[in-house]
Amino acid sequence: MKERGSTYLMAPALAWLAALMVVPCGLILALAFFRRGIYGGVEYTLTFENIALVFDPLYAGIFLNSARIAGTAVIIACILGYAAAYAIAAMPRRQQPVLLFFAVLPFWSNYLIRTYAWIVLLNREGLITQLARWAGYEGEMPQLLYTEGTVILGLVYSYLPFVILACYAPLARLNPEIAEASHDLGASGWTTFMRVTLPLTLPGIAVGAVFVFVLSIGNFVTPALLGGGQFQMIGNVVYAQFLTANDWPFGAALSMVLIAIMMLLLVAQTFAVERGTGRADA
Amino acid sequence: MTTFHVRIATAGVVAGLMSLGGAATAQNLVISNWDGYMAPDAIEGFSAATGNGAELVLHTTNEEIMGKLIASGGAGYDVVFVSSPFAEILHNLGLAETLDPARIPNMVNLFPEAMQLAHDPGNAFSVPYAWGTTGLCYRSDLMPEAPDSWNDLLSPAADLVGKTTMLATDRWLLAAGFLANGMSVNETDETALATVRDALIAAKGTLLAYDDTTFYAKLVTGEATMVQAWDGWCNYGIAENAEIQYVIPSEGSDLWVDTIVILAGSQNKDAAYAFVNYILDAENHRWAAENILYKVPNAPAMAALDPALITQFPNMGITPAELLAFEQLRDVGEAQRAYSRIVTEIMAAQ
Amino acid sequence: MHNRGRHALMLLILGGVFAFLYIPISVLVALSFNAGGMPTAWTGFSVQWYGALFANADILAAAWNTLKVALISTLLATLLGTALAIGVEMRRRKGRAIEALIFAPMIIPDIVLAIALLSFFSLLKFPMGLHTVIMAHVVFNLAFVCAVVRARLKSFDWSLVEASADLGAAAHVTYRRVVLPVLAPAIIAGALLAFTLSVDEFIIAFFTSGAGRASITLPMQIFAMIRFGVTPEINALATLVLGVSVTALALAQRLNREMPGQ
Repeated sequence: MKERGSTYLMAPALAWLAALMVVPCGLILALAFFRRGIYGGVEYTLTFENIALVFDPLYAGIFLNSARIAGTAVIIACILGYAAAYAIAAMPRRQQPVLLFFAVLPFWSNYLIRTYAWIVLLNREGLITQLARWAGYEGEMPQLLYTEGTVILGLVYSYLPFVILACYAPLARLNPEIAEASHDLGASGWTTFMRVTLPLTLPGIAVGAVFVFVLSIGNFVTPALLGGGQFQMIGNVVYAQFLTANDWPFGAALSMVLIAIMMLLLVAQTFAVERGTGRADA
Repeated sequence: MTTFHVRIATAGVVAGLMSLGGAATAQNLVISNWDGYMAPDAIEGFSAATGNGAELVLHTTNEEIMGKLIASGGAGYDVVFVSSPFAEILHNLGLAETLDPARIPNMVNLFPEAMQLAHDPGNAFSVPYAWGTTGLCYRSDLMPEAPDSWNDLLSPAADLVGKTTMLATDRWLLAAGFLANGMSVNETDETALATVRDALIAAKGTLLAYDDTTFYAKLVTGEATMVQAWDGWCNYGIAENAEIQYVIPSEGSDLWVDTIVILAGSQNKDAAYAFVNYILDAENHRWAAENILYKVPNAPAMAALDPALITQFPNMGITPAELLAFEQLRDVGEAQRAYSRIVTEIMAAQ
Repeated sequence: MHNRGRHALMLLILGGVFAFLYIPISVLVALSFNAGGMPTAWTGFSVQWYGALFANADILAAAWNTLKVALISTLLATLLGTALAIGVEMRRRKGRAIEALIFAPMIIPDIVLAIALLSFFSLLKFPMGLHTVIMAHVVFNLAFVCAVVRARLKSFDWSLVEASADLGAAAHVTYRRVVLPVLAPAIIAGALLAFTLSVDEFIIAFFTSGAGRASITLPMQIFAMIRFGVTPEINALATLVLGVSVTALALAQRLNREMPGQ
């Protein structure tokens, strides 16, 4: 009964994904095994050269660099996001949806508009510089725009609300009696947090981290606009293959390897989370 | 829920979604162009003049519209404005209509040079809409002397470091390197490519940013002192600050041409031809020159320009003969992969 | 004392994070009232750009399209994604293939999904328009909703469901009165996430919208207008979107004095 019920529940979504993701993407990714035609079409001769090219040091280096930048964004975003979600969950229940709404509201404007607003703030003659001068600072301002830090700032900013949303749900329904019980047994606030709250809400953080990492790695607009095009993330390279270089086979090969790596990381992450939560239940 | 119910529900959902509309009216001509690249009333004027319905959709970059056209075989589009290397690709992939000049009488307005362009001599599949050069746009009041070489950008003087930008689009980024080293902008030799790559990686360290859209704003505020720019865009800076000037370096420039292409799969060929003809009318075409500050390859249109405009924006006065001295960017076939790799290397260099 | 200090800390954290989130927003709102066209100098207060905005039928049509796409794709994604999450977590052994399938939409680069869907629809000669944008958006939205709901379900006590069944409750009653109330915050969070993703999505919308003017979404319109940088008109648009959203929330609060669920 339970098994059949679960199948009915999963079927519509899985069918949707099969028809509108697996089949179309499968067709495109299969191009990885063919060759780019002279004018950018596809020449249907079987080859593995595209897959081999993915492991070239240039692309491997870009991937590792992207992972580093994305990883930094993940850490910062998760700390800030979890803290914010914790604070929202600590507010009166009636206010919580309102606070969540205001947390995502900025992101219903437009990505480009927000990014240009950051550029107005951070550029050499921008608002922050003008504020500093008005406050009396005379010296040379450090470069705030077009640095790697700017890219990380942009990524953290863009995906922070997603972490907040992901961490909120586990935190919101945390049974307060558990925390009380922990206190009654003599644990300090910090210990309660570290050994009770955090493990129970770990799935939320894990999901948030996944969101930020996955979305950051594929992001190609932020490095282009806030990084001044000086930092190449793997998202830029894939985009360039499909659109600028007109090299769908190589783009497909890059995507295939990228998806495979990320899939492994994610499945590993799921294992880790299940074990982490499992320990708390024991 | 049985499978039958699921099927009904799915059909209902899809039918419901499709009723939201969004499919283009079969009769309307669909034209894709950059924002602000035609007169705001061009579509209405065309409809009024010829009785054909038309709708304008926008694209941001050549690459995006090309991706869409290639993936869908051009379905749904009738006329697109793309730069010349991309018109070549459309032609090579069989997506561009072979033009019948008899159906575009206003082609006689084009300069003779515009009918002998390297990418499409005789205008077999594309009609030029605007053309110009790529050079250096700079603040004359912030620089001790005017720049005259691409190497002034690639190996800038000490006080210019961190105050220059280059174009982010790969063909123009590479073109600066090619021209600085006296090579063709369509160079394919491997050793030459390696030299240019190294030169551009060295230049990267001195740049403020790669910027395709806000470089003239940076000049106006003084955040940048010298930028690689298309001549039309430099005019926007000049309009805001008269100290800004444009120069074509001594090594030369490339001749960029934006063209109009009719898609082979169009269902409205008559209306498409009528539209192209309408755009090539001297009065209509002149709008582009006067408002977008780009040169148009239309002889009567350019002749009717207010001389004051040319005084304020000197690069509007470059003659077609002078333009043809520069090389057009062409599709380089197999070498495109090498170009793409080099640009990736440059962009990824630390 | 302990509680007041803790409460103050919570407010401080909220204040800090929200200040960070709203910094560029305050800039863009301010710029929308700037009389001058360029964002580099303040030349005086003006509402002219709002006037220009209302006269621009294209932008308004695109905004309405985006709203339709976001609302419908969020609705579908929330239904499908929540059901998927419950179905997956119900099982004792979760197939690794299904895990991979659920993560895939998040991992696949946008440009790949965009081109894949366009090629696929073209191959099938399936007519394209807003409906295909919605279908495409549901693909990644449902994965995000599913992930958020699953995170909450990881610490769900399934024995409650069994107890409810043992006490004679039919399946749908169990879901409605045992599972869904617990999941309510996760479902709301997932829906907000899906809506946010959809409202600001450009590349997939551009490729799957077909060729007509009638299926242009707001991100497509704005990206195309970016040619000359962000005009105050665009900033005014963003400000209006925010203003309308806040008004909608205030109305919803007023109409909905009783908050649903626990």
